[in-house]
Amino acid sequence: MNLRRDVFQAIADPTRRAILLLLASQTMTAGAIAANFDTARPTVSKHLQILTECELLAQTQTGREVHYHINAKKMKEVAEFIEPFRQMWDDRFNKLEAIMKNYPQKK
Amino acid sequence: MELKTKVDAENGRPDLTITREFELPVALLFKAYTESEILEQWMGTKVLKLENKTHGGFQFETTDPRGNKYRFNGAIHEFIADKKITRTFEFENMPFDVQLEFLEFEKLTDDTSKLTIHTIYRSVEHRDQVLQMPFKQGINMAHNRLQEIAAQLK
Repeated sequence: MNLRRDVFQAIADPTRRAILLLLASQTMTAGAIAANFDTARPTVSKHLQILTECELLAQTQTGREVHYHINAKKMKEVAEFIEPFRQMWDDRFNKLEAIMKNYPQKK
Repeated sequence: MELKTKVDAENGRPDLTITREFELPVALLFKAYTESEILEQWMGTKVLKLENKTHGGFQFETTDPRGNKYRFNGAIHEFIADKKITRTFEFENMPFDVQLEFLEFEKLTDDTSKLTIHTIYRSVEHRDQVLQMPFKQGINMAHNRLQEIAAQLK
């Protein structure tokens, strides 16, 4: 299984991105997460399943409750997550440069 | 290909530095940061507010293809034309604390310039979490959508 591709597919979905953001600073149960969305509960469960499968989220069982949290192991390799961030800025700056090179002619 | 944009983010530090050299006079580079119309184009965001002055502020908004809106805002603490902007930056309705940004614009030659952005987060964890948030997709999708709209207008 191509895990890397799956991670990017996982985060391409806005609801899944929103779930990751919710969990950025706290641990939550599936119910508490679902309460933040208008989406049906089973849909949210499906999103949680996908995020867990590609190891972005991890589960902890406390009694009968399952808590979800960001998978710190997956998230801690700085070099890996710096590159997409760098590329985002590189894309933006390339656009900035292209736009401003045309600027004097326009005005 | 040589990397034009560099990001220095050391393990275990709550800050990072982005540097980039431009084939642009410093005044044009600075203008790209201070004129809403231009900023919207390269950032891929809508500019709701942009007050370029000391004690000013800004608010941006990004929309993803499903219409979800993400807003960002900050206060401008220091504004020196063609040289420096010190500002805060905050994601609205998200569980992240505000970050502090120092943007330094430097003239290299008459036609080239350098931008250095030093961003300071509240903690190492905060920095790493923000960096891992998949904003790139949302922003790029919003940008592609803008391009589609622009193409239709032509």
